[in-house]
Amino acid sequence: MVKNIIDVRNLSKSFDISSKEPGLKGTIKHFFRRQTKSLKVIKDISFEIKEGEIVGFLGANGAGKTTILKMLCGLIYPSEGSILVSGYLPFRRKENFLKNITLIMGQKQQLIWDLPPIESFYLNASIYDLDKFEAKKRIKKLSEMLEIDEELFIPVRKLSLGQRMKSELLAALIHEPNILFLDEPTLGLDINAQRNLRKFLQKYNKETNATICLTSHYMKDITSLCKRVICVHEGEISYDGKLDLLLKKLSPVKEILVVCCSEKDAIKLENSGFTVKNKIKNEITIKIENNSFTSSLKTILNNFDIKDLYINEPPVDEIIGKILVKKSYDI
Amino acid sequence: MNLRKYLKVYTKFLHTSLASELEYKTNILIDLITAILSLIGSIFLLSIFYQNNKSIGGWEFEEALIIQGIYTILNGITNTWFNPNLTEIVKHIREGTLDFVLLKPIDSQFFISLKKINPSGFLEIILGFCLLLICMIINQININLSFLCLSLITMICSIFILYGLWFFICTTTIWFVKTWNAIEVLRSFLYIGRFPLDSFSFTLRIFFSVFIPIAFITTIPSEVFLGVYQLWKILLEVAVATVFLMTSRKFWLFALKSYSSASS
Repeated sequence: MVKNIIDVRNLSKSFDISSKEPGLKGTIKHFFRRQTKSLKVIKDISFEIKEGEIVGFLGANGAGKTTILKMLCGLIYPSEGSILVSGYLPFRRKENFLKNITLIMGQKQQLIWDLPPIESFYLNASIYDLDKFEAKKRIKKLSEMLEIDEELFIPVRKLSLGQRMKSELLAALIHEPNILFLDEPTLGLDINAQRNLRKFLQKYNKETNATICLTSHYMKDITSLCKRVICVHEGEISYDGKLDLLLKKLSPVKEILVVCCSEKDAIKLENSGFTVKNKIKNEITIKIENNSFTSSLKTILNNFDIKDLYINEPPVDEIIGKILVKKSYDI
Repeated sequence: MNLRKYLKVYTKFLHTSLASELEYKTNILIDLITAILSLIGSIFLLSIFYQNNKSIGGWEFEEALIIQGIYTILNGITNTWFNPNLTEIVKHIREGTLDFVLLKPIDSQFFISLKKINPSGFLEIILGFCLLLICMIINQININLSFLCLSLITMICSIFILYGLWFFICTTTIWFVKTWNAIEVLRSFLYIGRFPLDSFSFTLRIFFSVFIPIAFITTIPSEVFLGVYQLWKILLEVAVATVFLMTSRKFWLFALKSYSSASS
């Protein structure tokens, strides 16, 4: 049985937030008497993550995804509840715990700006107590996996965003952590760079059995990497489970566009009991429920003269968009 | 604490920050020229004060130059280590990159206090030592073991007090986010360290000894150099330095509990 590597129980976090009225009067008032109020950004959440799992945290901006990630890696103290990551209380930031984890933030960088990435790698290696030989070996292995070579010797400021992100990953993984916290790692990257990064993460997970917790606004990151998602809505978990189950639940119907050989065939299909969305000459769009999709498709193919057929999957972004605004989902 | 590891990491810090700074040759050149001009300007200013007075607060010009020498060394240390590192704390907190520091298996105070160096500050340190050497010849100071020990102790204590002051202000960034003004005020106060404490009025002497102990930083080591020191003052400086160093540690650990990290 695979053991739990992350265990979160009744976790809550509140921040003191100051608010300001608009205009000069508001600014002066804000300067002399700042009004703060306590805002509960995470509300009594519980979940477990198993070793080797890749879990996607989904939610709108400000839903609390990053706060959860930062509490998991020990950057922020929780207000209530308990967290155990790899058997450690994260906020104590014990040396052995820190050697086990890494945090990668798409919008922030740790590489030394004026120097080639290789300098930052060796600096990190010395911080993680790796000898030169071991560091060299790991840099070689990871750079091969990430497909970077010459970039290692070019100053960071001269690298493209994609090359920089790959170097950031290498810097963050040089100590071979077991748990990766990734906060929007593909932010701002082009399509190819995003794909390469996803490919790398899949490979890293497969080779090292590392646990990955990921937040991203790019649905492709979530659908290609995560089997399980945790949806966060206003600090609460609105769904925790398999991604494909959620997609099926939220999109119970598929659409197929059938191009019949003649208009006569299209009329015959229109009157055969299927739910028709629209019909233009010999082209007819039909809605079919997911659970009867295969049998319905067989019926159409066997009983009608068909020239062509297109299956329209509803866009994942659209479905996920529905999750972000809803409080809870029972599957 | 694994000292070998920390030494290795510090060697890497030196290497990377030197390499970073050497990327900008002109900047280093300007810094070096500024350091030389600043010292010349300070000595010129001091000489103006002494144009019509043989002594100020009991200190003659040649003796006051010792204070200037010590100040230059300490200013060099500030520019080499404190300024590039501790002002970086403000940036780390504003931009949320302190996250990377806190997640490294290394002491965060060590990391943020020593990661960078500004090599042009070295020149100031060298110039300060040269000035001290000249003063020692002019003032005919005898070098013996007790002189060396006491001057070393008082200088180290001065560095710790200075570090404590800087670090304390920079740490408050965790709550106030922007503290540049406070740093500038501190820098302005530090200029006072170029003059003997006795040249100020009683009230100011109390202020610069108790509230912002600038007086300890330069005056006490200078008294050791001139052989006019009082033991209780040295002991007091050691006590103040210890308190500053320990408080900076406690204050940092306390402040980290309030660190909320920048939002993404």
